[in-house]
Amino acid sequence: MYRYIIKRVLLVFPTLIGAATLVFIMMRLIPGDICLVRLGGGGTSFTAQALATCHAEIGINRPWVLQFLDFMWGLARLDLGNSMWSGKPVVMEIATRFPISLEIAIAATLISIAVAIPLGTISALKQNTWIDLAVRTFSIAGLATPSFWLGIMAILIVLDVTQAISGNPWMPPIDYVPLWQDPIRNLSIVMLPALTIGYRYAAVSMRMTRSAMLEVLREDYIRTARAKGLVRKLIINRHALKNAMLPVVTVIGIEFAFLMGGLVVTEQVFNINGVGRLMVLSVQNQDYTLTQALVMFVVTIVVMCNLVVDLLYAWLDPRIRLA
Amino acid sequence: MAFGLRYSLIGFGAGLGALIAAIGPPALAETPKRGGTLTYLIPADAPPTFDGHRETTFATAHTGAPFYSVLIRINPENPGSTTDFTCDLCTEMPKPTDDGTTWTFNIRQGVKFHDGSPLTAADVAASLNRIAFPPQGILSPRSSSFEMLDKIEATDPNTVVFRLKFASTAFLPALADPFAWVYKKAILDKDPHWYEKNIMGSGPFKFDVFETGQAIKGVRNPDYYHKGQPYLDAIHGIYAPKQSTRVEALRSDRAAIEFRGMPPASRDELKKDLGDKITVQESDWNCGSVVTPNHAKKPFDDARVRRALSLAVDRWKGAEALSKIANVRTAASIVFPADPLSPTKEQLYEIAGFWRDIDKSRAEAKRLLKEAGAENLSFELLSRDIDQPYKYVGIWLIDEWSKIGLKVTQRVLPSGPFIAAQRAGDFAVVQAANCHGVVNPLIDVHPYLSSSISKQNYGNYEDPKQDELLNKAMHETDPVKQKQLMFQFSKHVMDTEAHKLMILWWYRIVPYRSYVKGWKISPSHYLNQDLANIWLDK
Repeated sequence: MYRYIIKRVLLVFPTLIGAATLVFIMMRLIPGDICLVRLGGGGTSFTAQALATCHAEIGINRPWVLQFLDFMWGLARLDLGNSMWSGKPVVMEIATRFPISLEIAIAATLISIAVAIPLGTISALKQNTWIDLAVRTFSIAGLATPSFWLGIMAILIVLDVTQAISGNPWMPPIDYVPLWQDPIRNLSIVMLPALTIGYRYAAVSMRMTRSAMLEVLREDYIRTARAKGLVRKLIINRHALKNAMLPVVTVIGIEFAFLMGGLVVTEQVFNINGVGRLMVLSVQNQDYTLTQALVMFVVTIVVMCNLVVDLLYAWLDPRIRLA
Repeated sequence: MAFGLRYSLIGFGAGLGALIAAIGPPALAETPKRGGTLTYLIPADAPPTFDGHRETTFATAHTGAPFYSVLIRINPENPGSTTDFTCDLCTEMPKPTDDGTTWTFNIRQGVKFHDGSPLTAADVAASLNRIAFPPQGILSPRSSSFEMLDKIEATDPNTVVFRLKFASTAFLPALADPFAWVYKKAILDKDPHWYEKNIMGSGPFKFDVFETGQAIKGVRNPDYYHKGQPYLDAIHGIYAPKQSTRVEALRSDRAAIEFRGMPPASRDELKKDLGDKITVQESDWNCGSVVTPNHAKKPFDDARVRRALSLAVDRWKGAEALSKIANVRTAASIVFPADPLSPTKEQLYEIAGFWRDIDKSRAEAKRLLKEAGAENLSFELLSRDIDQPYKYVGIWLIDEWSKIGLKVTQRVLPSGPFIAAQRAGDFAVVQAANCHGVVNPLIDVHPYLSSSISKQNYGNYEDPKQDELLNKAMHETDPVKQKQLMFQFSKHVMDTEAHKLMILWWYRIVPYRSYVKGWKISPSHYLNQDLANIWLDK
């Protein structure tokens, strides 16, 4: 098992280096110039000297090779540099936004697990009944509906319903406060985005749980367990569900990693100052250092989630670690 | 004498300013009430830095303006005017001496920075020198607005003297720039970059807290020098880049106002849902939609083709129709419509694209295209990936051009690649905007000067004649002659050479909760943002 873990951890480094190189090149291939966005965005008639000063200040007048070496050397020292847009350390920029994105990702994951695994299992156990049909319809609707649309509709419904009831439309606050400062305000901010994201997330996991359960329930060892006279509850919980969880864990891991940087539109809809919105901002502003750092951050999370999933696989299925 | 005449037009400008507020606040003055917190929305993610001297985005102005003082400003009680300048830190608006080349400002005594230290003329001079004559390594995008300025000196602790190379009516508007915040000289001397990450001024509010990308908060400055102001106890700005969020926040009273502006549909939606709980102020906006043909690409090197493009566009009807769905409204020349230098309507009718008879105009356009051998011309219109009003105006232009047989497609790019494409000359025709803060036509038209002079002119042309015309207008201080020169310049740019096609001026619509009082709309979302005169009636 230890050799397996070490081998998997060592594989992380070439993946990160490859991603770093790729993102560095891709950022510079996109046409544009952060100084033009900064100086020209407000309509000011800036001078050539102002443009040159801006280029020199953030170092983009230096050859690509030097910029790349700086970037890699910074990565090696875990120093991602300063944002070209704000001048603040990118670690600080990300750290400020990370808690809200993490909170929403965890809340959405919990909602997804709480909904997907029981419903997916019931759907498999009641295959081709009206319950199965209802669950499948519910999950397909979740897959087909974009989260941002669902988010907009959720806000509008809350506004309209509260206006109809009280005469004064209400919506959750739009300025984030941490959970430990004001739990009720925090939860009212997180509730709607977590529900809308969690629904789509649950839909994916639900379908996976159902199909995995159906497959496992047809295995010989389940039939043997039944033939031995084991009670149905024990067969499902101990023998079927644990084995059916392998692909579900993969889906949950991938989705969680996606949520950490991929809530680009949903964060905009709910005015969540998270990592996804920061990503949009950094790309719009052509902030190379911040975009590079954010991509590396997301890549690291994806790689780490994959690593955890692989290790969970090994724990769930001994055949994997023994192979 | 000429200066006296120019600024005796203040009343005239003020009258025009009042006219542009189509729906204004109540006519009867109400007694302001003290107290409360104003929650307002800033339609951006966050300001890049807090330093108003180096940034150009309104996000910085809406974040920082309440914390700073300026030397002079557009009158906050009459911000619709383009010529009504008043003192903020000075004691009274001076009359220039030495044939208009020396301006001496007396600075208020007893003004304190928020750290308790006194504000003197040295701080004013240091701040404005940093903007007009940035030292090595300091970024100042507005230095080009001060081309008439020779020197700024603090002659004693209460006096700042500006010496000009030549008298110019562009000087006062440049000085009234809403980003010309007064910083503490001692801090600038110690660390010229300090103000990028910190806030410390002498304005109506003291900095409280900044939550990155989330909110800015300020509390009342009890030592503020304008008696009785500010009325609010605190301010709370929330960054909300998405328009639907802002509309919903106003509807649910999560915020009381958003100062930049909303499209007509949002105004109508809020009015429908909230009735008299919402008040709306509207104004022409010092932002114009401008189309630039790339002279380096054939057939746009031919003035006949460029004129044809302009002649095909029915601005009068377009303005009426588009104003129902987009943030545009007024057809006018390249000079802001409410400014005294703007041409009369009769003069405007003489310019290509502004004729009274659109059929005659389009017939002339077709004739010019035929003469230039450019009938059935196809090209791509480069536009910016912003709904309001770029996409609306772009689609409308394509339709207008189709009426003279042109086949036009639209290429829409996000801001960065859009600016890069313009600079690289990678376009045939581009639709962009020319936006400014204080209305200062002599400076605002800089992007129309020859490409070798203006780095913002992406038309790739050299035209010494038009440069000379503007130079003359810049040096002219007689308002009548100056207006005539500006008309000649406008006609040359928009008609004779048709270097630029002025399409429509933007229109600013600000719906807000009716309990917000005291705020008055201006032709720019950069102006009148210190929030000192706002109070809450609830």
